[in-house]
Amino acid sequence: MKISIYRYDPDKDEKPYMKEYDVELQHSDHMLLDALVRVKDMDDSFAFRRSCREGVCGSDAMNINGKNGLACVTKIADLKEPVMLRPLPGLPVIRDLIVDMTQFFKQYHSIKPYVINHDAPPERERLQSPAEREQLNGLYECILCACCSTACPSFWWNPDKFVGPAGLLQAYRFIADTRDQETAARLDNLEDPYRLFRCHSIMNCVDVCPKNLNPTQAIGKIKELMVRRMV
Amino acid sequence: MIPVRRFDAIVVGAGGSGMRAALELARADLKVAVLSKVFPTRSHTVAAQGGIAAPLANSTEDNWHWHMYDTVKGSDYLGDQDAIEYMCRRANEVVVELEHMGMPFDRLENGKIYQRPFGGHTQDYGSSKMAMRSCAAADRTGHAMLHTLYQQNVRMNTQFFVEWMALDIIRDPQDGAVLGVTALEMETGEVFILQAKATLFATGGAGRIFYASTNAFINTGDGIGMAARAGFPLEDMEFWQFHPTGVYGAGVLITEGVRGEGGFLVNKDGERFMERYAPNAKDLASRDVVSRAMTTEIKEGRGCGPHADHVLLKLSHIKPEDIMQRLPGIREISIKFANADPIRDPIPVVPTVHYQMGGIPAKYTGHVVIPEGNNTDSIVPGFYAVGECACVSVHGANRLGTNSLLDLVVFGKSAGEQVIKDIKALPSPHRTLPKGAGDSTRARLARLDANAAGERVVDVLTDLRRAMQAHCGVFRFPDDLLKGVEKIKEIADRAQRTFIQDKSKVFNTARVEALELDNLIEAAMATIVSAEARKESRGAQARADFPDRDDKNWMKHTLWYKEGNRLSYKPVHLKPLTVDSFEPKVRTY
Ligand SMILES: Cc1cc2nc3c(=O)[nH]c(=O)nc-3n(C[C@H](O)[C@H](O)[C@H](O)COP(=O)(O)OP(=O)(O)OC[C@H]3O[C@@H](n4cnc5c(N)ncnc54)[C@H](O)[C@@H]3O)c2cc1C
Ligand code: SF4
Ligand code: SF4
Ligand code: FES
Repeated sequence: MKISIYRYDPDKDEKPYMKEYDVELQHSDHMLLDALVRVKDMDDSFAFRRSCREGVCGSDAMNINGKNGLACVTKIADLKEPVMLRPLPGLPVIRDLIVDMTQFFKQYHSIKPYVINHDAPPERERLQSPAEREQLNGLYECILCACCSTACPSFWWNPDKFVGPAGLLQAYRFIADTRDQETAARLDNLEDPYRLFRCHSIMNCVDVCPKNLNPTQAIGKIKELMVRRMV
Repeated sequence: MIPVRRFDAIVVGAGGSGMRAALELARADLKVAVLSKVFPTRSHTVAAQGGIAAPLANSTEDNWHWHMYDTVKGSDYLGDQDAIEYMCRRANEVVVELEHMGMPFDRLENGKIYQRPFGGHTQDYGSSKMAMRSCAAADRTGHAMLHTLYQQNVRMNTQFFVEWMALDIIRDPQDGAVLGVTALEMETGEVFILQAKATLFATGGAGRIFYASTNAFINTGDGIGMAARAGFPLEDMEFWQFHPTGVYGAGVLITEGVRGEGGFLVNKDGERFMERYAPNAKDLASRDVVSRAMTTEIKEGRGCGPHADHVLLKLSHIKPEDIMQRLPGIREISIKFANADPIRDPIPVVPTVHYQMGGIPAKYTGHVVIPEGNNTDSIVPGFYAVGECACVSVHGANRLGTNSLLDLVVFGKSAGEQVIKDIKALPSPHRTLPKGAGDSTRARLARLDANAAGERVVDVLTDLRRAMQAHCGVFRFPDDLLKGVEKIKEIADRAQRTFIQDKSKVFNTARVEALELDNLIEAAMATIVSAEARKESRGAQARADFPDRDDKNWMKHTLWYKEGNRLSYKPVHLKPLTVDSFEPKVRTY
């Protein structure tokens, strides 16, 4: 299998370059991550993140043949060769496929990603009907891989000002939670020409999310709530 | 000199147990650092699927006494009954707290937390009625829990050191107290000494010592490796849980919750064989029992597929809506990794290594304890361990499903409470670091920097994992074990001569993997030496030559010391805190 990988080590390389590898696959290698592990066996200086190898930890997001995705759940058989691998676009590269995600997490933190409830906690669980709980489906499953935000042109231009699809999806996750009491403050926090309104519904985010989540829809719902509270 | 940074407490590990401890510490006015090799939500707790145990009694009658009985029995009477009582009594409290923090549990019609049955969890002290005790967020309970804990830590402004890898423990030669760790900042390649009055390990398991494993790449047993190198014993390392349902060929886990929701195993004749091995609990017998049954079916020629080397997990009789609502993650995994949509097709599965019951000997307060004179449980000042890297021992020789997530939050919390108490009682300045603190770390790094040839890390690692798989599996044979010990010793020697080509300072993952190998070696050595020495079958240790449990000679915890590959033993705590002991009985399901 032929793979071409973006390589850059600031310790020794003046600038990034693409390096070709011809990988001999074993019969048990099905996913792109398996192939990357083989590359690393040949060349231990190739750096990338990985952990769970089953699409739940969010470590191995990268740009695969021009599209963001997780290596561990991308089937080799579905890829056109040579497979072109680059770091997630728009974030500073630390080395090879490893990017600096500080800005991405800053935006996530900025939406206050936790349930806020001012009532004294009851003795037992707070009640929530199955229908109310259902509202969190399609939201809470986010693995913070950043595939979406780094596919979003608005995030590329304003990573410090636009919350981005991942953060906005989570903003809506807490608005949608019946146990949270801060909807108004959460909407205030996003009422800004950049934080929310830089989204132009281009849907790149939906297209790449490996968990099949739909940030555009969540963003739409937040906008709807804002309109509703104005009238 | 290695630069020193000082804290009141450091937590090494940001999985479920580390982040629960960090949250407790955040409530006190302390300077705390939480280190993790990976961004906190990438810790392996994120992969837990089936649920967290608590006798909330939302669907079936339940109470902590029954939960305690099941846990003691599940442990094959090797669990410490004081710690087990402690955990079961605090289960409802900590799970309700998770709910209050915002964890998105599934719900029942009446709005309470949804609970499902799980293997070995029964009503009325082992009756044939299962208890619905596993609190679940679909089949993504670990993800829901880990993200909730991270979110709460964000709220409390916990100081995380992300992509920092702890390398070695620093001890005070005077009294053996732990004074902190050396750690590598992966992005820059710099090494620091992080000094603290309390050092809490929450580094997870070493499941990667086996070839076929449900565990993530990062589960390399760093905490236990560091502890072994610093002279601490490791407890009960022979006990490794093989989960019955790892996806054949891929190792990825299919939760026992599938069987809790009604799925069952069949052999090549389509027979539901667990009815023969465990007439009452059937597919929901304890994991050791089911894994042995599967291995027996395969060995006796009733396995499925062209090589007759796996069995099938059937759930096509479950309503598609229920699969989609309760087991969406499993369906996704099965389609991706087994090419089977469980709504129609059975999933090919094999017993796969999953969980480390042993670890750093600790108490339910989080204190690490070692034998000293006549006291088998003498507290080590400044050192705490929780989660999978610790052996408290609540799981004994076999862990019940959903009891690990519970153990993380109960002991994460209790250790946090204990650290606060202990630090308040200490004088305010830090102790002076011993001369040469960090030298051993420097030597390890210098060797990797200098060596231009030698053993390739990946070769040594592959041989290690294959050897463990072949010599220390579901069934253990005396010759295999003996040969295995020799093999692991050879491999350990080779690990001393590893080299890496990559000499860069910046995010050098080759260096990280070489350092992880050192820890895997300690975990594997402890496992195989302890397994070879234990001449009985109990829980997850099944020996062909000693097929029965031998309470007279072996109802005791193993302690393995790196130095001299030495073993010693200590008694099981049979006395609970407040209730009567559960006396050992023959274990049937
Ligand atoms: C696939 C799977 C499914 C499971 N499902 C369930 C379930 O449904 N219910 C249940 O009860 N149990 C389940 N378990 C078991 C349970 O998930 C684990 O035992 C538990 O999550 C371990 O948590 P932990 O906090 O001890 O460690 P982990 O979550 O493994 O975290 C370890 C932490 O330590 C850090 N770390 C490690 N080494 C270093 C180092 N050298 N320096 C710095 N940081 C370090 C890591 O970065 C990480 O943050 C499952 C396990 C697996 C593998
Ligand atoms: S829909 Fe909005 S958030 Fe998603 S990619 Fe487009 S601009 Fe970005
Ligand atoms: S929304 Fe999807 S793509 Fe974006 S961070 Fe979450 S899981 Fe990744
Ligand atoms: S390795 Fe965890 S998402 Fe791919």
